[in-house]
Amino acid sequence: MEWHVLAANEITVTFGDRTVLDQVSLEVARGEVVALLGPSGVGKSTLMRVIAGLLVANEGSVSLDGRDITDWPSHRRNIGMVFQDEQLFPHLTVAQNVGFGLRMRRVGRADAADRVQELLQLVGLEALANLDVTKLSGGEAKRVALARSLAPRPSILLLDEPLTGLDRELHDRLATELAALLRTTGTTALLVTHDLDEATTIADRIERL
Amino acid sequence: MPALAAAPAVGLALFYLWPLATLLARVLQPGSLSNALGGPGLGGVLWFTLWQALVSTTLTMVVGFAPAYLLARFRFRGRGALLAIVTVPFMLPTVVVGAAFLALLPTPWHGTARAVIVAHVFFNIAVVVRVVGAMWALVPTDLTAAARTLGASPTQVLRFVVLPLMRPALWAAATVVFLFTFTSFGAAKLLGGSANPTLEVEIARRATQSGDVAGAAVLSLLQLLLLGMVVWWSSRWQRRASLQFGASSAARVPRARHERRFVALASVLTALVMVVPLVVLISRSFRLSGRWSVNAWRTLGSSEVRPGVSLGVDPMASLTLSLKYAAVAAMVSVIIGALAALAIAAARRHGALLDVGMMLPLGTSAVTIGLGMLITFDTAPFDWRASWWLIPLGHALVATPFVIRALLPVLRSIPVDQRAAAATLGASPLRAWLAIDVRRILRPLAAAAGLAAAISLGEFGATTFLTRAGSETMPIAISRLLGRAGEIPRAQGFALATILLVTTACIIGAAAKATQSDGVARARGE
Repeated sequence: MEWHVLAANEITVTFGDRTVLDQVSLEVARGEVVALLGPSGVGKSTLMRVIAGLLVANEGSVSLDGRDITDWPSHRRNIGMVFQDEQLFPHLTVAQNVGFGLRMRRVGRADAADRVQELLQLVGLEALANLDVTKLSGGEAKRVALARSLAPRPSILLLDEPLTGLDRELHDRLATELAALLRTTGTTALLVTHDLDEATTIADRIERL
Repeated sequence: MPALAAAPAVGLALFYLWPLATLLARVLQPGSLSNALGGPGLGGVLWFTLWQALVSTTLTMVVGFAPAYLLARFRFRGRGALLAIVTVPFMLPTVVVGAAFLALLPTPWHGTARAVIVAHVFFNIAVVVRVVGAMWALVPTDLTAAARTLGASPTQVLRFVVLPLMRPALWAAATVVFLFTFTSFGAAKLLGGSANPTLEVEIARRATQSGDVAGAAVLSLLQLLLLGMVVWWSSRWQRRASLQFGASSAARVPRARHERRFVALASVLTALVMVVPLVVLISRSFRLSGRWSVNAWRTLGSSEVRPGVSLGVDPMASLTLSLKYAAVAAMVSVIIGALAALAIAAARRHGALLDVGMMLPLGTSAVTIGLGMLITFDTAPFDWRASWWLIPLGHALVATPFVIRALLPVLRSIPVDQRAAAATLGASPLRAWLAIDVRRILRPLAAAAGLAAAISLGEFGATTFLTRAGSETMPIAISRLLGRAGEIPRAQGFALATILLVTTACIIGAAAKATQSDGVARARGE
């Protein structure tokens, strides 16, 4: 049997009398980048939120590194997530945003600073470390969001339509960058998208929902 | 339209600015300042006013936090009702709140600082729920979700994300609550007793009981100065701290078990806290000598407790008098307020001066307004103290800013194009104005009239100075009855407070309904 980092088993989610997910299962292997492809409204983001622990499923279970984490709260799961509209903390600087997860884990000040520096280099934003996040351009904000989720070294990174809202040229460039970055860092990732091109550029494997 | 502005401007000058000037003149008379500031007891009064306001504010923020979160973040059955229940006490006359806590709290608590603080918290929870809740609803749910996926525990989310983001709202709410509790009069007078006077209570005592008008004038200007400083300081602070958010995130149905548990527990607790004091007030009006009795209600119609023994206060007469005053005050403030609002809206840029001027009474405590009127209108040819209309006029002065604030947004939202369109259809400017502007404000006007009537019914601060023996308004009568020894007057006080409670709640409810359906009509694009 293949060793999975993440396994979602027969997840069912209903809102009122509307069934959004009906016994959906999904597995992601170590180091693998999987794209979850489908039109909007089929519950891709809902599945992602169940995996991240942000939404309670009606039925089904989630396991991570072989452990059942279905009842674990979000902050104990070590699952990173990049949101559709970045959700950067507007009261913090770029560096403070990237270092947020380290601070929550009480990583020492010097170690945290090194790690933040490393990630800002990785996404090419060292120069903007002390800038207000409200002053960033669309592409820069996406990079900061990515760096922020990678900083605490999550077991798996969830990317919820991470490249929407960009113009075509920037979108394509960032998709290539993202694909390379996930490979160089060896990150296991699950990508939600409705764009086949994006999915083929970034992912090793495509699942349809 | 300068003609429109004339009446409000004259009214403001005559009944607000002049009394304030008289007050200032009295303060500047030789000896006034040194006598009042050097006199005994002032330090104690200031200190008590300050610390009870700080403690009340802190407690209100803490107690109001859970209901603010509940109502901002979750959708559940009964949410609208809970919001109304939380908001109503804030609109109630201070005397009713004072009476409710006299009824609720055990006797050893009467006349203590504790009693004053508890009532203040109850009264001001609405401010926290409204101001902090409004901001909380703007913090995107995904922002806190992002923090959680980064490893932040619920308390860390609160400490490192939610609280820093809501700081402006927290300060705004705290400032408003501080201002209200610092200038508290009705509740402080009923519950704090003579042992714990706030600055307002002390001003009233000096002016009406010990005849030290100069001392009272000094204290009320001192208070005005302190309030101005707080407002100035907090507005500077807030401008620096404000942050912008995008679209608001909708409240959602609780899903996880701990969320459902929180919603159930918090909503039941909040409802209990808000409703129990009022229920106890009502039930105490039916209790005499440890038994249920309607005696207090039956004897409301006369000033005699037993044949030949008079209370000096006729509860039923106070009710009719209050209703009459409320009608007059509502009429005056609606006319003046509507004229002012129309003038301000028509003048666009130059209306700012009138706008600020008409808002001034709002920033002045009712006690200061009453004191100013008391010492201004006591000499011929302006000796109007015996005139019945001076009290409703004082009420109108307090209520007019609210009328203007209710009308201005409506007037300003009328597109100029609509009037132009009417003109192209052959309407004369007057017809166009009547058909569009006036028609639009009729409903808000009715709501504003209700609000003004409610304010007048509950007005206590200014009335304390202007009232005359034998013609007490309801709040004055309630305060007198509750100040008496003996069971019957006390129960009568609770009964009268119940009447005031129900009347005010009905008026506010009707006014809220009027503005709400108006909002719906506007949303539909009518």
